[in-house]
Amino acid sequence: MDNHTYNVENLNLWYGNNQALYEIKMDIPENEVTAIIGPSGCGKSTFLKTLNRMVEMVPGVKLSGDINYYGNNIFRSGYHPEELRTKVGMVFQHPNPFPKSIYENVAFGAKIQGIRKKSVLDEMVEKSLKQAAIWDEVKDRLNSNAMGLSGGQQQRVCIARAIATQPDVILMDEPTSALDPISTLRVEELIQELKEHYTIIIVTHNMQQASRVSDRTAFFLNGELVEYDNTDRIFSNPQDRRTEDYISGKFG
Amino acid sequence: MANAQKSETNNHRLLKSNNSSSKKNEGRGKFLVFTSAVIVIIATIAITVFLGYKGIRTFFVYDVSLWNFLTTTGWDGTENSGAFAFIFGSFAVTFLAALFAAPLGIGSAIFMTEIAKKWGQKFLQPVIEILVGIPSVVYGLIGVTVIVPLIRNHVGGLGFSLLAGMIVVGVMILPTITSISADAIKAIPSDIKDASYGLGATRWQTIYKVIIPAALPSLMTAIVLGMARAFGEALAVQMVIGNVKGLPESLLDSAATLTSIITLDMPHTTYGSVHNSLLWSLGLILLIMSYVFIIIIRFVSSRRKI
Repeated sequence: MDNHTYNVENLNLWYGNNQALYEIKMDIPENEVTAIIGPSGCGKSTFLKTLNRMVEMVPGVKLSGDINYYGNNIFRSGYHPEELRTKVGMVFQHPNPFPKSIYENVAFGAKIQGIRKKSVLDEMVEKSLKQAAIWDEVKDRLNSNAMGLSGGQQQRVCIARAIATQPDVILMDEPTSALDPISTLRVEELIQELKEHYTIIIVTHNMQQASRVSDRTAFFLNGELVEYDNTDRIFSNPQDRRTEDYISGKFG
Repeated sequence: MANAQKSETNNHRLLKSNNSSSKKNEGRGKFLVFTSAVIVIIATIAITVFLGYKGIRTFFVYDVSLWNFLTTTGWDGTENSGAFAFIFGSFAVTFLAALFAAPLGIGSAIFMTEIAKKWGQKFLQPVIEILVGIPSVVYGLIGVTVIVPLIRNHVGGLGFSLLAGMIVVGVMILPTITSISADAIKAIPSDIKDASYGLGATRWQTIYKVIIPAALPSLMTAIVLGMARAFGEALAVQMVIGNVKGLPESLLDSAATLTSIITLDMPHTTYGSVHNSLLWSLGLILLIMSYVFIIIIRFVSSRRKI
């Protein structure tokens, strides 16, 4: 519990004049799976996107507060968001491979960092695809277009692409919401394997998924962090009335 | 229960009453669109057949050698005329104009869709729409009064030149290339841009490693459409290119194109003469080239990946 990947302090965020996050304070431990749950529009995806500063690409966003990533403030001037994003990978709600070959998809992150050597890239692509549990399915067609894969396969290629840059953290924004149950199961198993090497933060609107995959769960409501605790405790003995109402299905 | 039944019968009645009147409408609409489609197809076929017939007559009725016609220069309106200089001129103007307009057009399309969205849509978009609407004679006038003297005074030659044609036609096809490119870039799903940024790519890396490759088939279509327009352009080219009937040796030499020769010579020929027939053959070349451009566009857009 000593090592924290992120320490979030008093984070506030506005889209124009609408405040979307209120005084978020949260420590995210290393090499664990942290799930973020809450009803639609509660700010969970917004919060996730502040962790790799993707949220700043939305016009009119204002922020206050601090996010420390291994002790460094990510908003400190001179800290490039690109630099942060090579350390903090992201997997999106819909599988979004580039319209390129599977190989080019996985090698993309390394190539933009200037790695050109074929042997290095080859090895990295193979290792990442193996880690993402898709190597056996695609090893014979690395040069065919990734758009030709099924949705579940595409999402695992996207996970391989995210881990190919050797990040410390993988952010997942409802990574299974567009997948069928079997693909979902495979991605969930994969998350369990990946947490040995990576800190995983997963946003999900599926409470069963949160309870299955995560070590810690944070419940967001209307832009506030209502409760944040071990997943077992959140689901068996929530401290806040609103958490209890949400997980028991009274709203949301 | 009773209510449900009632509404069901109501629905039934509604459907039925709709049916009889809509059937008539349906038939009328179908007839209307079908007729339009048939007229368009007939017009296309008629033009092709007519031009084909007129153009081929040169080689059968007047015994002009096709090979001679396509490969030699020297245009005197007799059986020995060769059109190579004009074919060359048309291609030269087309490719040079594309060379000039494609980077500028794609560049400004990227600017208005990716870099300065607000400013681009408020300001650049209307500017491009205005550029499209300007008649070609106005481009020609500006070419004659501004570009031609500029070249004569600062670059050399007479001013009436391939270079002037390239610039004037380039500016004319710029809005075509820009607006189609901008649409192509806008059609790239933001998903894959997010993926690129999420992997630590900068904006430029995202543009040239993700956006341009993904949009490439559509960008090629934009360029070919621009080239098709350049190939067919007559008036503006004719005003600035000098209309010399020999082969140009440099960018600063005067030249002529298929279109400019047709518009220049047509009023001076008698119907049924060799000279007149030769001009129809030039027209046929233009038609064949426009078919070629369409085939290229079809081929390129079939390779679209998204």
